Amino acid sequence: MWSIIQIELYKIYKRPRTYIAFGAIAALIWVIQMGLKIDGEAYAAFLMKDINNTLIVDGKVLNGYLICYILLQLLLVHVPLLVALIAADMLSGEANLGTLRLLFTTPYSRTQWVLAKFIAASIYTILLLIWLAALALFLSMYIFGTDDLFLMKSNYVVLIESQDVFWRYVGAFVFASFSLLTVTALGFLMSSLANNSIGPIVATISAIVFFTILSTLNIPLFNVVKPYLFTTHMNNWKEFFDIQVTENNEAITGSILNIQKIKTSLLVLSIHIVLFVGASVVIMKKKDVLS
Amino acid sequence: MSIIKVDSLCKNFGSLEAVKDLSFDVNEGQIFGFLGQNGSGKSTTIRMLLSLIHPTSGHIEIFGQDITAQRNQIAKKMGAIIERPDLYPYLTAKEHLQLFAKLSQKKISASQIEHTLQQVGLSNRALDKAQTFSLGMKQRLGIAIALVHQPELVILDEPTNGLDPQGIADIRHLIKDLAQKEGKTVLVSSHLLTEIEQMAHQILIIHQGKKIALGPTATLLDPSKSLMKLSTNNDVLAKEKISQSEFAPYVLDREEGIYLSIPTEKIAALHQYIVTAELPIVSLEAKRSLEDYFLQITSQSN
Repeated sequence: MWSIIQIELYKIYKRPRTYIAFGAIAALIWVIQMGLKIDGEAYAAFLMKDINNTLIVDGKVLNGYLICYILLQLLLVHVPLLVALIAADMLSGEANLGTLRLLFTTPYSRTQWVLAKFIAASIYTILLLIWLAALALFLSMYIFGTDDLFLMKSNYVVLIESQDVFWRYVGAFVFASFSLLTVTALGFLMSSLANNSIGPIVATISAIVFFTILSTLNIPLFNVVKPYLFTTHMNNWKEFFDIQVTENNEAITGSILNIQKIKTSLLVLSIHIVLFVGASVVIMKKKDVLS
Repeated sequence: MSIIKVDSLCKNFGSLEAVKDLSFDVNEGQIFGFLGQNGSGKSTTIRMLLSLIHPTSGHIEIFGQDITAQRNQIAKKMGAIIERPDLYPYLTAKEHLQLFAKLSQKKISASQIEHTLQQVGLSNRALDKAQTFSLGMKQRLGIAIALVHQPELVILDEPTNGLDPQGIADIRHLIKDLAQKEGKTVLVSSHLLTEIEQMAHQILIIHQGKKIALGPTATLLDPSKSLMKLSTNNDVLAKEKISQSEFAPYVLDREEGIYLSIPTEKIAALHQYIVTAELPIVSLEAKRSLEDYFLQITSQSN
């Protein structure tokens, strides 16, 4: 099994399309970081304009931690689209090329092939996330330095002490990996249904957009299904940045306000991953390879 | 010993019966020719042999093992090319062979990979990416992939597609060598009937999914008649003279050349007539035409 995972990784490594996502993320982050480096003070002043009269903020608001938070808010919505480029092509791309039949005549079962391909696509997704983390977090920390993280939520502000931030990012990235692996699994399922590359990529992106709209709309009819939609849970990495406070409104270091929400989201996302991959295995086992 | 044993194989796609009650055996060390018109069910049958398509009913045994139960064991001893040579455009010829050598679960040395590239005439393009290859070169690389792990059974579906005449001859020699020198069993399908005729020990012809002929190549052809090809310096004159002779009923309607399908016992008389009639002859060849036979029995079947 390990040898076919290696072969799948080798093919991903050799494919020019692989590097589009890495390049796109690097370009976006670089542009945003440069913009904030050059014009960051004005941006920070704009963010703080509503609370400047009520709060005196001491220290460096626009630090690496805040930049990373801004980048993740912007990028974690779009990275699934980049993941779909590879994941939704893993099976259908081979069917389109005609190489799927070569693979299926080797001494490995279809289940082994589907799982190996999913594992390889997952490793790609994780590497993409590590790349994102390296640029969004570590490079921002290097360029902008570190300080306490000051976040403005819709009707409250959160202040997290500098030494209490890094582990939250680790948690957020681990959580994001579950979100992106769900997208990988969805792309994989779409890929098992088609014999061309474009269809599954478009279908995966469309499904994400469709369910994201359902998750966001506040209509009672949709509220029934919302807790079961993966898109409702994909953005809950932000929960790592809501902290518990004492009766005196002092932040409790190392705490998370709603850890149950994170656990529930991880469970829902994991169930989706298992269902999507399981369905892909069943479909591919039954499929007549006609391409 | 039967290497492939197919019993009552059927495949339906919805209401279409692509393969109907097909049974045949392929013996060890044989070149088995598989013939049929486009859409006759050849590729569907080959895909079922390779477990790419699930049969609707029937049974396939390869190396004495049931293909559904022992697929992975059987696959180690098989190599195949299916219809088109489909490759990874971003990998070189050598990388393709390394990849499929690894997938075979056998220990394949670098020299074996070199030898396989040499066998198919691609050693000078080993480091070029597949996207730069012509169709013929892709076909050769596809055959190399099928052979790199030294399989005992080789299944080649239309292996000469896209090849030039020299390429076709090379592949024919390669297939013959695989059987004669290396003792491999080869199942080969082709639309080039003359190629099959020159290679195969045994021929299966299917039409509209049904077996219509199976047997040794020599006995499939009508033994009571011979196809003679007459080459002359003046075909118009020769045709005119023959059409006035006792051999007129045997002349076939062909656009090029003069062909006669005559009873074997009349060949001597034909020779004598050519001499006495002073036909401007260049050569007289006996042709056993599988093509004629094929067209004859498929049209009968229609």
